[in-house]
Amino acid sequence: MEWDWEFVWQIMPTLLEGFKITILATVLGAAVAAVLGLAIAIARRSPVTAISRTVGFICEFIRGTPLLVQLYFIFYVLPDIGIRLPPLVAGVIGIGLHYATYTAEVYRAGIENVPRGQWEAAKAANLTTRQAWIHVVLPQAVPPMIPALANYFIAMFKETPLLSAITVLELMNQAKSIANSNYRYIEPMTLVGVFFLAVSLVSVVGLRWLEERYARMDD
Amino acid sequence: MIDWSGYLTLILEGALVTLQLTVMGSALALVMAFLAGLGRLSRFFVVRALATTYIEFFRGTSIFVQLFWVYFVLPFAGLTLTPLQAGVLALGLNVGAYAAEVVRGAVKAVGREQTEACVALNLSRYQRMRHVILPQALPLMLPTFCNNAIELLKGTAVVSLISLTDLTFQAQVVRAQTGNTLIPFTTILILYFAMAWAISIGMRWLERRMSRSLDGVRT
Repeated sequence: MEWDWEFVWQIMPTLLEGFKITILATVLGAAVAAVLGLAIAIARRSPVTAISRTVGFICEFIRGTPLLVQLYFIFYVLPDIGIRLPPLVAGVIGIGLHYATYTAEVYRAGIENVPRGQWEAAKAANLTTRQAWIHVVLPQAVPPMIPALANYFIAMFKETPLLSAITVLELMNQAKSIANSNYRYIEPMTLVGVFFLAVSLVSVVGLRWLEERYARMDD
Repeated sequence: MIDWSGYLTLILEGALVTLQLTVMGSALALVMAFLAGLGRLSRFFVVRALATTYIEFFRGTSIFVQLFWVYFVLPFAGLTLTPLQAGVLALGLNVGAYAAEVVRGAVKAVGREQTEACVALNLSRYQRMRHVILPQALPLMLPTFCNNAIELLKGTAVVSLISLTDLTFQAQVVRAQTGNTLIPFTTILILYFAMAWAISIGMRWLERRMSRSLDGVRT
């Protein structure tokens, strides 16, 4: 079967529509992962062993099981207990939660890199724990982690095709439905690949820039 | 009352397929990792360029897109694969690209003086790699290889979408037949987690064994 440019232009608008949803899911998922990851990282440092152990185990569990199954779990099991989520919301929660367990490790490393003296100084200046976190520790811990976080967000972008399995109409799903209704697989599937490759290559350049901008840990 | 024993057999059969995929995919990934990882360190520009293209291409697009491409587009190029072959091919090539960077990093992490000592001792390039560099680089690679193997295990869930009867697929079958969602999905989540756990225990054992022979070599 030959590559057909006419067909490519014909399906482009539909694919772009899917691409918008892909971007939306990535951005929302990244927001969830960024916030939840920080919460997990802080909870794992909790002095109460029950909390840190439980959160630690849940993280290990989420990281040891496939995202696809977790998405199924959220999409199919939760409605049984009365929580009915639209596909996109379920997808964003699933992907955000999954990547939060990874970003939590980034936060952990960043927080541990803040010298002990900073904590002690915060205590000596009579700051509360909350103030110490917000005004002393996090402002120093976050900038060096930005490149590592961005790396995970790119990885997350690449995982969004999984959302098609729970009926989110993103790029992959649009491509599949085009392919199935026209019985032409080459163009839609290849274009999806090209889309992802293009965004990934551009984001690698962006990542290099972020690394140069932020990753200087020594000063 | 549903007779669960029949469904449990179904799920265990799926676990076998997942296991098979993981082992075969890991084997392919290992081969690709060394080929591409050492290829990137080659003296020949063509080999380096090929290895880099392979790595960037497979890291730039997601496993899901690659799998669909292999399964739906390759048949038009005259190469028809069974779902199992497509799964092993896509998973192995994808994870191999990530692991290739690990190989490259570990080989480069072995000190320069080792290479210089080899040159001084008049070892050939092959001898240098085989007897001096790789034995020291391998223990450095193992922890990341462990993560890669777990990523591959998690990646296998995606093959259920090209109708391979793995764990995730069987759970969907059980869900469709019984209408129960909680039990099948919880069961497979636990099974996946157990497998990931087994991988990390096995790798840790391997790591201990491999670094034992290096006692006293590295200071």
